[in-house]
Amino acid sequence: MAGIRLKAKLKKGVVKVKAMAKHDMTTYNQMEKKGNRDDANFITHISATVNGETVLDASTSQFLSKNPIFKFDFKGIGEKGDKLQMVWVDRKGNTGKGSAKIK
Amino acid sequence: MERRQFLNLTLGALALAVVPASVRAEDFRKLKPNVWTAHTVDDAINAMYGSTDLIENGSVFLKAAGEAYNSGKKAVASSGGAIPVTFSTEIPAKTIAVFQDANPEAAVIVYSVNKYSVNNYDIKIKMAKPGTITIVVEGEDGKLYAAKQTLDVALGGCEG
Repeated sequence: MAGIRLKAKLKKGVVKVKAMAKHDMTTYNQMEKKGNRDDANFITHISATVNGETVLDASTSQFLSKNPIFKFDFKGIGEKGDKLQMVWVDRKGNTGKGSAKIK
Repeated sequence: MERRQFLNLTLGALALAVVPASVRAEDFRKLKPNVWTAHTVDDAINAMYGSTDLIENGSVFLKAAGEAYNSGKKAVASSGGAIPVTFSTEIPAKTIAVFQDANPEAAVIVYSVNKYSVNNYDIKIKMAKPGTITIVVEGEDGKLYAAKQTLDVALGGCEG
């Protein structure tokens, strides 16, 4: 269930990636209303790699939308058919993964 | 004691330097925890970069809820739960950070940029009320370049 759906497309030397991480992204305020502020859970770090090299590396907060979308581009690495892997870590230490071949 | 600490720091710095930049994941939540608890944009930028001197010269492109920042218009987001934010820059950058002033804390996301990055991003963010989104690009020259977009939010996005 939890994971990342992604698409990667190589066009004119630039790989364009569209990824959606499946996560509720609850904020402290939301959880405070429900009782326990500490129940807030959201993605805190997301990264993407191709052939062992990092192409996206971001630290995140609770203010990304639910099931947040990340679009980003990279170049200089990644041929058609190479595998792009992404992984997120949330506040509770869970991880979600996804991968796709570059088209 | 001081000497030992100094040695430790030096060794640590060396160890960091040996790891190639491209595989070094930077977790800014651990490195700079104060960024994520700061309540105002200024405090968060200061916690992140140690300065709030922003250069707004049009070198950072920002579009939020369909309105470009340099259009001079106020953008209107129908739902605060998922506001599309697009930003890009041609400046050789070290990091790019997104802040806003509508939520209890200011920081949204911090990217570490490397040699593969084409700095062109799209994300969706939550805003509880109308406010201003600030993008800060830390250039390789150490200066901070920024763009801001103010928007109205019809329906807040941080409600239960």
